[in-house]
Amino acid sequence: MEIRPILASLRRHRIPAALIVLEIALACAVLCNAVFMIGQRMADIHWPNAIDEQGISVITVNGTDPALAASDIPRNLAALRGIAGVTAAAAATSMPLDQNPALTGFTTTPDGKTTVNTSVYFLGSGGEQALGLHLLQGRFFNADEYADSGLKNFQSTSHVLLVTQSDAQRLWPGQGALGKTLYANGESWTVVGVVGDVLAQDPKFSGPGGRYSSVFYPSHPDEMMGDYVLRNAPQDRDRVVREAVQALGRLEPGAVVEGKTYAQMRTDYFADTSSMVWMLVLVCVVMLAVTAFGIVGLTSFWVGQRRRQIGVRRAVGATRGHILQYFQTENFLLSSMGVAVGMVLAFGINLYLMSHYATSRMPWYYLPCGAIALWLIGQLAVLGPALRAAAVPPVVATRSV
Amino acid sequence: MFGYYFDLALRSLARNKVLTALMVLAIALGIGASMTTLTVLHVLSGDPLPGRSGTLYYPQIDPQDSRGYLPGKSKPMDQVTWIDGMNLLQAKRADRQALMTGGDVAVQPGNSTLDPFYEDARYTTADFFTMFGVPFQYGHAWGAAEDEAHERVAVISSRLNDKLFGGGDSTGKALRLDGTDFRIVGVTGDWSPNPNFYDLNRKSYDENEGVFVPLSTSQDVGMVHDGSVDCWGNGGGGNTPDHNAPCVWLQFWVQLDSPAKAAAYKTFLVHYSEQQKALGRFQRPPNVELRNVMQWLDYNQVVPDDVRLQTWLALGFLLVCLVNTVGLMLAKFLRRASELGVRRALGASKKALFAQLLVESGVVGLVGGMGGLLLAFIGLWLVRRQPASYAALAHLDPAMLFTTFLLALGASLLAGLLPAWRACQVAPALQLKSN
Repeated sequence: MEIRPILASLRRHRIPAALIVLEIALACAVLCNAVFMIGQRMADIHWPNAIDEQGISVITVNGTDPALAASDIPRNLAALRGIAGVTAAAAATSMPLDQNPALTGFTTTPDGKTTVNTSVYFLGSGGEQALGLHLLQGRFFNADEYADSGLKNFQSTSHVLLVTQSDAQRLWPGQGALGKTLYANGESWTVVGVVGDVLAQDPKFSGPGGRYSSVFYPSHPDEMMGDYVLRNAPQDRDRVVREAVQALGRLEPGAVVEGKTYAQMRTDYFADTSSMVWMLVLVCVVMLAVTAFGIVGLTSFWVGQRRRQIGVRRAVGATRGHILQYFQTENFLLSSMGVAVGMVLAFGINLYLMSHYATSRMPWYYLPCGAIALWLIGQLAVLGPALRAAAVPPVVATRSV
Repeated sequence: MFGYYFDLALRSLARNKVLTALMVLAIALGIGASMTTLTVLHVLSGDPLPGRSGTLYYPQIDPQDSRGYLPGKSKPMDQVTWIDGMNLLQAKRADRQALMTGGDVAVQPGNSTLDPFYEDARYTTADFFTMFGVPFQYGHAWGAAEDEAHERVAVISSRLNDKLFGGGDSTGKALRLDGTDFRIVGVTGDWSPNPNFYDLNRKSYDENEGVFVPLSTSQDVGMVHDGSVDCWGNGGGGNTPDHNAPCVWLQFWVQLDSPAKAAAYKTFLVHYSEQQKALGRFQRPPNVELRNVMQWLDYNQVVPDDVRLQTWLALGFLLVCLVNTVGLMLAKFLRRASELGVRRALGASKKALFAQLLVESGVVGLVGGMGGLLLAFIGLWLVRRQPASYAALAHLDPAMLFTTFLLALGASLLAGLLPAWRACQVAPALQLKSN
């Protein structure tokens, strides 16, 4: 395909050509950034979490008599274990993603400094099994540690804790974490086990450093333990939640009892994020449609203006294919100029967002992907008008004038 | 003349329906999307207490130990400790002052038809109500005397009053909270400042407390604190810290009626910090801030990042739509070159043609604006169905309604400028000849 006649013709229609280029450039810039944001948020929604997310249900009890916690919690757990399908049950102070963060900054030396917010969990006896923690090194808590530990001022009175794999690598890079000591607020604890990465109670609040920074303490039944964690087969979870709420409602009249499957808790936590994803997708789709319609409109106008010229070309021997190709190549040239400008613009917008919002650098491959998308849209949009142009009969050349 | 141009515009627009529809649709989509996000931004960054917010200040001091202190860089704490809060409260250096914190109380209704439930509560001293201008439907607030006497009195919101007492006058009635009987002294009227500026640790939008009780009483009864606790040194932690613990967990607000008083109060805060340092309680040099409501909201970046990103995105989208409209209008105007040539030949000036074409783009803008308004209503309806805390507030107010039309008209006139100018450049002779 000869490009020079196309360029010559474009030079005579500078303004419409510039408009198409500008439109494609803007669409490319917005598209790249929007798709990048979608990608980032999708990655957030799929953060892995090393507990049995599908098989856990959480019943939250509030407003019980604190003085009776030591006897009530074991009684309630016994009732919960009696529900058909429940394989493990334990009390805990909080759950990953429950949006109620209890955070402490831990250090590896008595007077060290840290900027990492670590989520703190207190588990009742059997909590590791109920949560489905993945033990990677060391051991879980033993019965004595459970019996002898509690909470004072939300600090553990135990001497042991479990850390996550991420924390083990962050705090003691290249060394084993087992047997090491963690310090916070003048107290210290020995690491007895390393578990797979469990999400923080509010990872968005804790920031990237605190996302997988969690420690687990053993504790005897305590008034601060408002969560009952049940483990069951995923298909039983809705029934288990229903029955557990009824059972605890009978045992704790006057208390506020709420039940949720863990899957629901996770969905709730990311509800904001997924609605933002849907909004971004909607904007992208509508924007591409608007761009396509704009190209259709301008190209149709062009075809209308050049009917006679096309007729002459057909009369002197050009095939329909030639005419079709002419418009497709023309659109390809305009799109190429558009995406070239658009990629620079997209990069600039990304830099601006990075300096003003918590956005990271856009990986380079988003740019060519956006370019290809706009090339395709351009070719699709031009097809209709180009086919109409190809259908212009050669006889047009001889009419009028 | 305008009427004639208007008539011409309608005729011309009706001639090519597809192109007209595309232009109107592009403007409508761009306006709809940007108005939806701008409205959300407008609602979220509004003044929670118009008329009052300028005189309400949030004092910040820095009681932390010297560990990690960077002169000039370390920011004072966002809340106050029990001891500092009480000291500042009792100093009474401001026109009004209130010390408060958030909580969760179990409401145990007397009638057995309602199960016990949890309600957000605010534990505060009495000035809260006069300072923030809380209206009362029934009864009144409690006073300083009740604060002193640790009386078991409560103010409830009209929402809670509707739920518990069917909206009737409940003052004087008993309300059981966390197992203790309180006497209701007042029911607030319609009051919901957005954002919830006085305690940003809780959800910032559309969530106001149902129960208000004196701070002193809440501590006697052992009511649960709900909000942020920030401890340092050997402070431990926990949700309801010990009163002597080095933990900040209370909010302290003051009312200062003139800038001179505000300046004097800031000096007082510096003196207070120096005095506490001399006593050995504080270790850092005086590090204080005194921000009014809007400055405080700005400092805390209350408007969610996502909302601001959405606004930028929508404006980018509007720009795409505008460029698109410019292109379509150009196509439309140039197609009528011969008609314009005839008008020129018959004596119409370039200016007249230009005006005629701008009227045409204005009509497109108005129709597009109406479409955009419809889309904005749909968009806001969609936003209200979102789970975000601010969702329920997303409503179009008259100011934004007016802005919508202005934006649509302005955008379409802007989009019409270039095509109209280009179309006016036709040489009449050439157009007449080719016909």
